Amino acid sequence: MDYFFTEEQQMIRDTAREIAEKKIVPVRAELDEKGEFPTEIMKTCAESDLFGLYIPEEYGGFGGGIYENVIAIEELSRACIGVSVSFAGSGLGAYPILLCGSEEQKKKYLPQIASGEKLAAFGLTEANAGSDAGGVQTTARLDGNEYVLNGTKQWITNGGEAGIYTVIAITDKNKGARGASCFIVEKCTQGFSFGKKENKMGIRASATRELVFEDCRIPKENIIGKEGIGFIVAMKTLDNSRPGIAAQGVGLAAGALDAAIDYARGRIQFGKPIISIQAVQHMLANMAVQTEAARALTYAASKYIDSGAKSISKESAFCKLFATDIAMQVTTDAVQVFGGYGYMKEYPVEKMMRDAKILQIYEGTNQIQRNVIGQALIKESAKKRR
Amino acid sequence: MRLIVCIKQVPATTKVKINPETNTLIREGVESIINPFDTYALEEGVRIKERMGDGVVTVLSMGPPQVESALKESVSLGADEGILLSDRAFAGADTLATSYALSMAVKKIGDFGLIICGKQAVDGDTAQVAPELSERLDIPFVAYVRKIVEITNEKAVVERMTDHGYDVIELPLPAVITVVKDINEPRIASLKGKMRARKAAITVWTAKDVQADEELIGLSGSPTKVIKIFAPKSRGKGVSITGEPPEIVDTLYGHLKDGHII
Ligand SMILES: Cc1cc2nc3c(=O)[nH]c(=O)nc-3n(C[C@H](O)[C@H](O)[C@H](O)COP(=O)(O)OP(=O)(O)OC[C@H]3O[C@@H](n4cnc5c(N)ncnc54)[C@H](O)[C@@H]3O)c2cc1C
Repeated sequence: MDYFFTEEQQMIRDTAREIAEKKIVPVRAELDEKGEFPTEIMKTCAESDLFGLYIPEEYGGFGGGIYENVIAIEELSRACIGVSVSFAGSGLGAYPILLCGSEEQKKKYLPQIASGEKLAAFGLTEANAGSDAGGVQTTARLDGNEYVLNGTKQWITNGGEAGIYTVIAITDKNKGARGASCFIVEKCTQGFSFGKKENKMGIRASATRELVFEDCRIPKENIIGKEGIGFIVAMKTLDNSRPGIAAQGVGLAAGALDAAIDYARGRIQFGKPIISIQAVQHMLANMAVQTEAARALTYAASKYIDSGAKSISKESAFCKLFATDIAMQVTTDAVQVFGGYGYMKEYPVEKMMRDAKILQIYEGTNQIQRNVIGQALIKESAKKRR
Repeated sequence: MRLIVCIKQVPATTKVKINPETNTLIREGVESIINPFDTYALEEGVRIKERMGDGVVTVLSMGPPQVESALKESVSLGADEGILLSDRAFAGADTLATSYALSMAVKKIGDFGLIICGKQAVDGDTAQVAPELSERLDIPFVAYVRKIVEITNEKAVVERMTDHGYDVIELPLPAVITVVKDINEPRIASLKGKMRARKAAITVWTAKDVQADEELIGLSGSPTKVIKIFAPKSRGKGVSITGEPPEIVDTLYGHLKDGHII
């Protein structure tokens, strides 16, 4: 379907598509097999100016919004979401600075992220704090002109690869949700190290590691906003980044659909290509409709957020939930269309199906997305009644 | 130093079809691209500029007005400017007339250090224009360069690919070289490059602008006469014989006998 992209948006799509086809497709199986981080591809994304799409021009970015970023993520995801999450993860790490950082912080860090010179990462999750972010135990204590961080973050995308980390830590245990704060920590700070790379089911090209803080001292001015607003920063960040995960779902589904159609045209059974069998056509038709619906919702939500709308949690959750559930469905159906060949590593769809699962888990599980939507519905209804 | 890269717009090869009645290329609806070998020439030009820290990359092409899109694409890939030689009088040129027209344009451009071309164009496959251009300009020429080892304003040291290895050649500048695929991996156009290309103005020169002798350009300047173009008959599918060597020999022998070849 034609979404009437501007000339600039078409350029972004074409650039990302060229990278996907020329640089990602030829190596994706190997990166997956070896669990190797796509350093070269990240460099190409940087040289092609893709890292700063949503960052204002004054900080070295392209001056677009979430929509522009979503277009790029979707195209990269058609080829491999293990690669695209490394790209999108940098945006996730940058949003706390972009949305809530001081002018000095923006000037210092955003140009490095926009140019792709450094990747960013976002550290919220811990062993005992997943869906329940309130369970964070990492602490930050003010000591003179420095904060001292202690604790361990778990499963952080781009851990070890990123140069800039935005991290949630507790500054006042007694204040509950108002006791958390967000900090910028640079790689190579003393007392900051990484755990081993996790061995994952899917998105194996991406790096997922622990962030370990042992009396890690950072300058006082590295706090984002002020003490106590850590969870507000985190929620705002996730509201803005979730359309990117939706875009991963859309791209992944589109890639799986393409592969399934190509295969069904070539595979002969009962003396004819299986695509001429109506049962197969119906599967493909469902996959196509679902993918297009997910794309339309993701674009609409992105544009809505870019419009400057105030309450965006529901719309953001809408697209993340829908597009990622559909990615799981469509990739599973793609394997079905391939039959036994789809189960083999010689074809790309088994990887796509393995990869898809994470989309329903990270940046808030899809159960949590439903909670977010449910709460928004209650709030909206209460407002109307008043 | 000014680097001049000569490019040609060609039909995307895999899609070229020949009209069986007229034996001419069907060009309608066929996408045009920059001759793939020329993309390596352009990339090398941009890399030399980056390596030397300054310079100008000028892309030069002769062709119809729509070639402007290829020159704009070159700007998106790092060229500083594009010059298009376009004039009805240039039409129908063979390699001799093309190299003459290009040489006149190069003279108009003036000072330059190196002219880089692709090893050949994928439509004509002659590999003649670049050496002819060096003759016309009376400067050194090296073909099939796979690496530029060293380059200064005065000279270049290059590796020329041969069948069995490579030659290392030092040549004074200005000069003309053609490059092979091994020399680099062309970059993907950046967004900033594409934005720059969108605004770039492509200079168009006519035959008069470059003071070309009308007898030496276009059809009248082209001694090559195309008598006939034809598509070779397709040979049909070959037979593949597998198995242990003795079996293969037996089967092959059977085939040859059955076919009354032996
Ligand atoms: C590969 C990978 C990369 C990641 N990258 C990052 C990163 O970069 N930064 C970061 O901070 N985190 C990251 N995470 C963490 C991720 O966001 C969490 O895994 C996710 O939020 C879920 O938390 P959990 O795994 O602890 O599951 P749990 O919270 O233990 O949930 C287990 C199950 O219970 C359900 N559940 C829990 N609570 C509720 C509830 N209230 N209502 C309904 N259902 C509920 C969940 O939906 C789920 O099905 C990453 C995780 C993975 C696997």
